[in-house]
Amino acid sequence: MEPGDSSDDCLPTADWARLRLRADLLARTRSFFEKRGFLEVETPLLSADVVVDRYLEPIAVSTPDDHSGVRPDRTLWLQTSPEFGMKRLMAAGGEAIYQITRAFRGGEVGPLHNREFTIVEWYRRGHTMAEGMQCLSDLSEALLQRGPAEQTSYAEVFEAHVGVCPHRATTLQLREAAARHGVHVSDSFGDADRDNWLNVLLAQVVEPHLGAVRPTIVHGYPASQAALAQVTGDPPIAERFELYVRGIELANGYHELTDAAVLRERNRLANQQRVAEGKRQLPEESRLLAAMERGLPDCTGVALGFDRVVMLAAGAKRLSDIMAFPSDRA
Amino acid sequence: MASYSTSDFRKGLKVQIDGDPYLMVECNFVKPGKGNALYKCKLRNLLRGTILDRTYKGGDSLEAADVTEIGAQYLYGQQDTFVFMDKSSFEQYELTKDQVDEAWKYLKEGMDCQMVLFNNNPISVTPPNHVVLKVEYCEPAVRGNTATNLTKPVTLETGAEITCPAFIELGEMIKVDTRTGEYLERVRS
Repeated sequence: MEPGDSSDDCLPTADWARLRLRADLLARTRSFFEKRGFLEVETPLLSADVVVDRYLEPIAVSTPDDHSGVRPDRTLWLQTSPEFGMKRLMAAGGEAIYQITRAFRGGEVGPLHNREFTIVEWYRRGHTMAEGMQCLSDLSEALLQRGPAEQTSYAEVFEAHVGVCPHRATTLQLREAAARHGVHVSDSFGDADRDNWLNVLLAQVVEPHLGAVRPTIVHGYPASQAALAQVTGDPPIAERFELYVRGIELANGYHELTDAAVLRERNRLANQQRVAEGKRQLPEESRLLAAMERGLPDCTGVALGFDRVVMLAAGAKRLSDIMAFPSDRA
Repeated sequence: MASYSTSDFRKGLKVQIDGDPYLMVECNFVKPGKGNALYKCKLRNLLRGTILDRTYKGGDSLEAADVTEIGAQYLYGQQDTFVFMDKSSFEQYELTKDQVDEAWKYLKEGMDCQMVLFNNNPISVTPPNHVVLKVEYCEPAVRGNTATNLTKPVTLETGAEITCPAFIELGEMIKVDTRTGEYLERVRS
């Protein structure tokens, strides 16, 4: 159904069979974590703190009359993921916690994007990236029954499908690779940086191949795309990993950054890039930073896009096929 | 001139690129979790009919094209010129054979068509989906055969040739689908 052209928009877009499948997958997710000793937690959806990311647009909420418990000069934000609240719990002694919650991202509308969506997110103290990837593979197997995930590095998939080393190629080499692969971009890519080119190559050349046969976990991202992951090695590589099934990105995980000073620096840089791109500057200070200063234990954290899992399990092509009321009917 | 930013991008948008009008026939939002938003678009050049594949980044914009659609009546044809009249302003427009494209096959005097104007100049014309036209020439009908799988070429009053069932006779009126160029049914007067 095309948005906005229908008088049927009071009706759900998913049928009852798919809503039942959704409920069943939620139950299986809870049982998976319960068996592994994870505690289900809840953290605020509406918060004074916000993730500062170059490419995430948080939705600001105005609260005309009630600022109780909130610094009065601060806007409230709908979370783009529950990571701040959950890491504060980890810093306060959490061992293994999970949450099934809603996240909100402005401007993301498409067959695989809905402004409001369901995230499954979990953290485990002491887990290495390898252990984090194993747990993700197990959950994928439990929910999708497509077998364990194969693991490959970001550099390997780029070399296989694009023919360049993503950690060493220059901006010019990436631009030439895009042309070679028939990626036609607008003139505005004239001032695109390395990450913009890596991103367009990833989206248009690499991703369609990922998880085509078996679920695939890609690990070891460029340091410039670390977000909240630890960076190690030379060339510096982020301990970040992503799960793909049939070309669709399902989950993103980190061996978590624990150093508050590094996070402060990344926030500052992200804000600089946002301002240069004409986007809203976001508050850099947060209670997460305060918690990290008290000590965030070594841990991994993973966020899974639950709606996309349901979509794949249902054999559907778009999120609206498995959501009762997508954004244009919300 | 108005412009559209990527958040306005959607199928059916009419935009201007390098001076030519384009129709956005496809627009796919793509965004790797931690990357910038991309809009993978397919655009049809409304003058040439060619398809342009192009990826835009979030925040890009495209100029709006001044493209309007009007109801136009086909008045008459003269060599390679086709004359239409805007049904509301009564203004007349002359189109070349190139601009009329495939539509010439179905144009009959007095027919109501849809015409697309770009900067107030006609760029294309679309006849009604179904038109009734007279068979001007064909081989004699195969008597007693009403099967539709046996076909033959016929020439219509407009000069266009289409394929019909073999039972169609000279001088008969037939209904044609202008989108596919296919015979639909015989129309008895």
